[in-house]
Amino acid sequence: MNQSLKYLLRRLGFYSVAAWAALTLNFFIPRLMPGDPATIIFARFRGKLKPEAINALRETFGLTDEPLLGQYWSYLKSIFQGDLGISIAYFPEPVNGIIYSALLWTIFLAGTSLVISFSLGTLLGTIISWNRGKKLDSVLPPVLAFLGAFPYFWLAMAVLYIFGFKLGWFPLGHAYSQEVTPGFNISFLASAAYHAILPASTMILVGLGGWMLSMRNTMITTLGTDYITFAHSKGLPSRQIMLHYAARNAILPNFTGFGMALGFVLSGALLTEIIFSYPGQGYLLLQAVQAQDFPLMQGLFMTITFAVLAANWLVDIAIIFLDPRTRK
Amino acid sequence: MKRKVHHSIFARWINGIIRNHKAAIGTLIIFFFIFLAVLGPFITQDPTAFLSTPLTPPSEKHWLGTNGQGQDVLAQTISGARQTLLVGFTVGISVVLIGALIGGISGYYGGRIDDLLSLLINIFLVMPGLPLMVILASWLPPGPATLTGVLILTGWAWNARVIRSQMMTFRSRDFVSAAIVSGEQNVRIIIIEIMPRMLSLLASSFIGASIYAIGAQVGLEFLGMGDVNTITWGTNLYWASNDMALLTGSWWTFVPTGLSIAIVSFALTLINFGIDEVTNPRLISERVWREKIPKDTAVNGITPVVKTHE
Repeated sequence: MNQSLKYLLRRLGFYSVAAWAALTLNFFIPRLMPGDPATIIFARFRGKLKPEAINALRETFGLTDEPLLGQYWSYLKSIFQGDLGISIAYFPEPVNGIIYSALLWTIFLAGTSLVISFSLGTLLGTIISWNRGKKLDSVLPPVLAFLGAFPYFWLAMAVLYIFGFKLGWFPLGHAYSQEVTPGFNISFLASAAYHAILPASTMILVGLGGWMLSMRNTMITTLGTDYITFAHSKGLPSRQIMLHYAARNAILPNFTGFGMALGFVLSGALLTEIIFSYPGQGYLLLQAVQAQDFPLMQGLFMTITFAVLAANWLVDIAIIFLDPRTRK
Repeated sequence: MKRKVHHSIFARWINGIIRNHKAAIGTLIIFFFIFLAVLGPFITQDPTAFLSTPLTPPSEKHWLGTNGQGQDVLAQTISGARQTLLVGFTVGISVVLIGALIGGISGYYGGRIDDLLSLLINIFLVMPGLPLMVILASWLPPGPATLTGVLILTGWAWNARVIRSQMMTFRSRDFVSAAIVSGEQNVRIIIIEIMPRMLSLLASSFIGASIYAIGAQVGLEFLGMGDVNTITWGTNLYWASNDMALLTGSWWTFVPTGLSIAIVSFALTLINFGIDEVTNPRLISERVWREKIPKDTAVNGITPVVKTHE
């Protein structure tokens, strides 16, 4: 167990470096762009903002007359104090408050879809690799590969058009209906679930193929190993061999992929949210881009990055429990 | 002698691709779209002209109807292919070159260099791509150059990682040790001895990267991060959504472009499947077995495919 603790600490070290790199990138991107960032930003807001707003903005960006290193230092300091600055579009609201509520919606939507698509895809991969060459195995992979070829958001548009607009089965957008009051009550939860069905199902549909194919590939290799043949000759029921012998081992690469997929899923969720006007991070990011609200954009980039890093570390921990080889 | 070996690897490869149905169909589709992208704009109506009432459904005059600006959708779809495919393939090639350079050096030399470069690769891998692209693109002036740069920056790491691990397995092979002992220089070994043997990996990386580049590019442009005055598949969708295509039920403004993107990505995926079937030894043996053994002779539900390698 000592060895795995060391491993987890090393991973934590890596994620810290990655987080620092993201922070630094976030700091330098505006400063490395052609022209003086301060002038660019303030030229955009001339006349739109009051002078005190502009001064607040200057503070936020650390675009003071300090030398670059000093600016970098005060930037890092304010980040660690949890201060992401003040939004321009929602002036004078602080960025963290705006991001927080959006983050909850995204975690709800993207998290649920990721878990469903992962479990369903892995299960399907197990089943089709067990019944290789049969009907399901020859139909499902190409169909899902074709679906996966559509851009995430385009599929969302098509689904919204058919089920929301033409058939009218589902709402056209937003996370809950206007009539319910947000809180922990049945009508709100039901409304939120009802509104999440369409966006979640598009994300599940697009992600399914990847999980299924990678599970199928590892399963096929696993099914060819000696211990499976041995299990067969012992006369174990095939269901037990399929799930407890083969799938249990074959799932590990898929599980590692789970952490990596988070970034992609969040990116996909970004676009899906925009199509469905879903009040998550993606929708917020688009509004920030359109309003050229740079503090909000950078705050969003940082929270998304941190969320992905944290989730990856959780996957690392889970792998230690799942794969005895990592515990040696 | 050596050149002959490479020649035969290459020839066998091309031969296999041509005989493989998936790869052949995929290649045909891609050539069709490239052909459209190059010559199409000369055949169709002017994609930028106001030709008819906005949002008219498909008719004889406009096969795919008109969009929210009264422009011909068919013409827009065809001329949109040009920049989209150009940016897509440019990013694909650049990403593989950078990946081969960084991944190759990292995998071949190992040690400190590898530690440093893998750290860099892994950092770029865990950083969420689309948000970073959006931030970068919103600072830079919109246009194809920005798109290309941003897509390369966020896309190279995956290829570098794959190429690095492949390079590490080659590094420990006997022919590389032999080359080192016989006094060949490292650069020469990497370029002349190893890279040709990685051709299939490089080719499939290029295709995978192009699929990624087309998808991400369209996504970015859809968000309005591209130059919205040019005609690309991404901006077509951007305008379709801006002109309330969904709420007015004008499906023809977004279906043709979306289908084109999907068909191109799917064709590229087919080529990748084909390359895999031709060059992956496990799948080759699988095919040989399938031809030799009649169906339904599988023992215990397992096809004897992967079990034995002749």
